Amino acid sequence: MASKALRILFDPLFNNNPIALQILGICSALAVTTMLSTSATMCIAVIFVITCSNGAVSLIRHHIPGSIRIIVQMTIIASLVIIVDQFIKAYAYDISKQLSVFVGLIITNCIVMGRAEVYAMKNGVGASLLDGLGNGLGYSLILLVVGTVRELTGSGSLFGRQVMTLATEGGWYVPNGLMLLPPSAFFIIGLFIWVLRTWKSEQVEEEG
Amino acid sequence: MLEAYLNIFLRAVFVENMALAFFLGMCTFLAVSRRVQTAIGLGIAVVVVQTITVPVNNVVYQHLLRADALAWAGLGGLDLTFVGLISYIGVIAAMVQILEMFLDRYVPALYNALGIFLPLITVNCAILGGSLFMVERDYNFGESVVFGFGSGLGWALALVALAGIREKMKYSNVPAGLRGLGITFITVGLMALAFMSFSGIQL
Repeated sequence: MASKALRILFDPLFNNNPIALQILGICSALAVTTMLSTSATMCIAVIFVITCSNGAVSLIRHHIPGSIRIIVQMTIIASLVIIVDQFIKAYAYDISKQLSVFVGLIITNCIVMGRAEVYAMKNGVGASLLDGLGNGLGYSLILLVVGTVRELTGSGSLFGRQVMTLATEGGWYVPNGLMLLPPSAFFIIGLFIWVLRTWKSEQVEEEG
Repeated sequence: MLEAYLNIFLRAVFVENMALAFFLGMCTFLAVSRRVQTAIGLGIAVVVVQTITVPVNNVVYQHLLRADALAWAGLGGLDLTFVGLISYIGVIAAMVQILEMFLDRYVPALYNALGIFLPLITVNCAILGGSLFMVERDYNFGESVVFGFGSGLGWALALVALAGIREKMKYSNVPAGLRGLGITFITVGLMALAFMSFSGIQL
């Protein structure tokens, strides 16, 4: 029993990563990763939304008529996102400015919707909560890796604290401006997928 | 006046391309770009839906949700912006549904061409993102029409371009681990780099 729960929780980290393998939730994942603090906020927001929505959908799964299930799921998710949005605005206003529309876009983040549809509609509450948490963590893993690489190489800092002194301030590190621009996020995720698939070779796609 | 509209349009299509600069609609962007034919179908659907939903959400925002917007109903001082998210997504879902029924009844050829893509668009972040950007930048009605059309067109353009590249890429020898998704990400990165050369264009 314990091992099954662990599998539900940790499978999405490497074996079935929502971003690298299921191609879900990339939309909001890339834009917020220029700094580690925004990435971390986004991760917490997504983990909260996906865990709660999975739990809620699973709880009422026997009472949702099939034909309107998408609307029901959408309403649950949208309400949770509004809570998160208001919370971030109240307690971390600066970060909410930097995240701009991307907190709202968690609604259309396909991970949340996808897990509610695929998993929570068919499984019990406990398993659904774990599945939500696991997928949230898998999403966070990629976001944090990309955020770390981009902030460290792009501005020589982590969480806004200077790690490598910049050349402009008499240090040795010349920041790589490309890392702060949108294209770098694509490259980093592409390379991450390459590493992951070289390590777990069964994930390699068929030719064609 | 016209210049301001043209400026918004060009910015939405090239400089602030929904897909390549803001990463919106990425899931569909990567999933549906295998063939040019389907990419064109989805592209048209996005342009149409975006041009309709952004102005409609603009009306909803300006006349219902904004602070003091309900003063005409004797409800001055009421600020409903916090229910914005849920109303926009509701409007989008409703619009897509209406459009689907309308096309089915009056333009069956287009309806069959768009097929499965119309319902999928409800959960496309580019659509919701367009409405949210419209609210954040406080566009008026005319500007929102131009912005909706421009951002939809920019997204469609990027999608069709990527589909073209991916069709050609079938013939190249890609390392095993990069095959499929990995190489697509890197291609999109290179495309985004190319689109960055538009940045700074101002009329």
